[in-house]
Amino acid sequence: MNDLPTDPGTDDGALLSVRGVDVGYRTGRRTHVTAVHDVSFDLHPGQSMALVGESGCGKTTLGLGLLRLLPRTGVIPSGEILFRRKDGTRVDVRTLQKENLRRFRWSEAAMVFQGAMNAFNPVLRIEDHFVDTFRAHENGRRRPRREILEQSAELLEMVRLDPARVLNAFPHELSGGMRQRSLIALALALRPQLLILDEPTTALDLLTQRSIVERLAELREQLRFSMVFITHDLGLAAELADRVGTMYAGRLIETGTTRDIFHRSRHPYTSALIDSVPPVAGDLHVPESLPGGPPSLHALPPGCSFAPRCAHALTDCDLTRPTLDVLVPRGEGLSHAAACLRSTDAEIHAEGVPR
Amino acid sequence: MIDRTFDTAHPEPVTVPGPQGDSPGHGETTEPVLTLKGAQQIFRTPRGDVPAVAGVDLEVRAGQVLCLVGESGCGKTTTARMAAALADPTAGSVLFRGKDVASMDRKERAAFRRSVQYIHQDPYASLNPVRTVYSTVSAGLRRHGMVKNHAEARRVTAELLERVDLTPAEDHLDKYPHQMSGGQRQRVAVARALAMNPEVIIADESTSMLDVSIRVSLLNTLGRLRDELGVGFLFITHDLAVAKYFAWRGEIAVMYLGKVVEQGTTPRVVNDPRHPYTEALVSAVSEPDPDLAHRKDRIRLREADIPDLTDLPPGCDFHPRCPLYAEGDCDSVRPPLVRSHDRLLACHVVTRG
Ligand SMILES: Nc1ncnc2c1ncn2[C@@H]1O[C@H](COP(=O)(O)OP(=O)(O)O)[C@@H](O)[C@H]1O
Ligand SMILES: Nc1ncnc2c1ncn2[C@@H]1O[C@H](COP(=O)(O)OP(=O)(O)O)[C@@H](O)[C@H]1O
Ligand code: SF4
Ligand SMILES: [Mg+2]
Ligand SMILES: [Mg+2]
Repeated sequence: MNDLPTDPGTDDGALLSVRGVDVGYRTGRRTHVTAVHDVSFDLHPGQSMALVGESGCGKTTLGLGLLRLLPRTGVIPSGEILFRRKDGTRVDVRTLQKENLRRFRWSEAAMVFQGAMNAFNPVLRIEDHFVDTFRAHENGRRRPRREILEQSAELLEMVRLDPARVLNAFPHELSGGMRQRSLIALALALRPQLLILDEPTTALDLLTQRSIVERLAELREQLRFSMVFITHDLGLAAELADRVGTMYAGRLIETGTTRDIFHRSRHPYTSALIDSVPPVAGDLHVPESLPGGPPSLHALPPGCSFAPRCAHALTDCDLTRPTLDVLVPRGEGLSHAAACLRSTDAEIHAEGVPR
Repeated sequence: MIDRTFDTAHPEPVTVPGPQGDSPGHGETTEPVLTLKGAQQIFRTPRGDVPAVAGVDLEVRAGQVLCLVGESGCGKTTTARMAAALADPTAGSVLFRGKDVASMDRKERAAFRRSVQYIHQDPYASLNPVRTVYSTVSAGLRRHGMVKNHAEARRVTAELLERVDLTPAEDHLDKYPHQMSGGQRQRVAVARALAMNPEVIIADESTSMLDVSIRVSLLNTLGRLRDELGVGFLFITHDLAVAKYFAWRGEIAVMYLGKVVEQGTTPRVVNDPRHPYTEALVSAVSEPDPDLAHRKDRIRLREADIPDLTDLPPGCDFHPRCPLYAEGDCDSVRPPLVRSHDRLLACHVVTRG
């Protein structure tokens, strides 16, 4: 099995099989934009996948689309989002209806939105968020509040928060890092199999980021959920992901294990991103600049969408859209694949040259 | 000692000699342009006094970078605002070319305002949305009579835009902020600052809101102003990778709760940090390399949360979190900032013996 959109079969072992998904937004009565094009990948249980790329490349849109959490104007006109539920049955999230969709979210897959402040209702205490979440997913029997609070306290302890202090607090009374950890605890309340996190450490201080990263790594050991996290911080991806997908102009343009991506990327965009953030350790590495920005969704270039900025573009790059081709086939969705006409060109990927 | 005077004919090579010399300010051969002497800022609030900056001594020299790093709330912006004379220190002073800003007359103060330019961190908030790029950038030129007429104003503005890589300038002159990206807006803010021929630019998290790709090219633009025009920088960032790159030939001052806890040449501070707080910061960085990220030793703090400025612990501010904490001085005596390990350090344990 591989990651190719041309592969119609679903991967039996996969928790999530995404096939040919487009996501768009209605922008007027007759107009819309497609923000995510033809994305396919398989995520296996326990994997942690980072989605990286500059802002505007469609990472958030894809993340929201996978759980059908898009704003009202959002649409998923095509593709399949196959998810294997805890009971072993497979559903296409794209076709789930109201009640089933509501039950799917949180108990099967949960999202930690970008900006921990906005995700909480400012007039509710943290404990009320937990109570509401648990109550919304009860089947029939109404659990006593005390029992719910005990369970909430356990969840908060898992993210190393003091329940006595946090449960009673209003969101604004907590620091950014405490809010973010509370949100993660809340997302894990119903033991979902998949957690999607959008920029989980952006806007947090270095030491606070570190505590979030460590909690997430611990929780994953303990609870064995799968993770898709969206970030523009490549350091975070290198540390927390075992596989990475690069997005550019709404497309997945490279996927592979974290080592594939960081040590032997086969897409000039991924390489350029990595070269622009040298490590803090060691001597000075001069970062490479990557001028310009992603193309407008309304005026995508006909060939490779990265061609206008690409240092390696050939004439053909302006004409032919490269497909996401498998370079190193592996099981469990871990193939290294790149969408670049020169992905196997020895001239730019010389033996022994990292990246 | 490293010779810090820059020769435009021979740009310095990228490889830089390792730590050497014995003082953090190894450029003491040149007079500082901007000096903060014991500068303090205490905000009086209903919750009590907030000592946002508790007395810092800093110097910015022509063509040099002094970088302030530290977690949010440690007083970087407050320090920058004092340095730009946007806020008067509650004690201590700010000197421009040796002259106390507080004792300047109106004319001198106006000259100071031109020479020391402050660039705000938010490229969205700092530009007037109803003004075109031309109008924003040329406002100071016209106000100070630095251009004779409209044609000259446009020509000079175009040159400034070229300097900050907004090329071709003609395409950008008549744009409004909403028609530009974050990186382009930040360049407009830099061009506006440059219009005044500043000697010092104070840049407060100017690259933080930008994508990595744009961040590098903006840093390179600023680096050319530093190297070719001899502009001195007070550069504020919470990103150690940015600090390392931009200030590699300069200095870093690490702030914690309103005080400088470590200051020295950048290679020393970043590659061989000595203050336990700096060590914790450096160790907390997620490196963009999976092997490095997993090999890295991480320092464990005794407490995750930062104390409140209105209720600071006795002794060293860092002691409740510090992994090197030892009973005795740490929780009773505030450590002074002293020369030690080829830099300035405020830590009882590290500066002992
Ligand atoms: N509600 C919306 N309506 C229309 N376009 C949108 C909406 N949300 C996002 N977009 C557009 O979709 C594209 C992808 O955005 P996003 O998914 O937020 O990217 P990323 O998370 O990678 O920064 C952008 O061009 C953005 O302008
Ligand atoms: N005008 C003000 N009134 C009261 N407190 C302030 C004011 N401005 C800043 N502070 C406080 O001073 C401290 C330092 O803030 P700041 O200089 O903005 O730090 P940084 O830029 O390092 O994040 C913070 O605790 C902040 O809340
Ligand atoms: S296809 Fe061409 S333009 Fe696109 S990334 Fe590869 S070499 Fe560059
Ligand atoms: Mg996003
Ligand atoms: Mg600040």
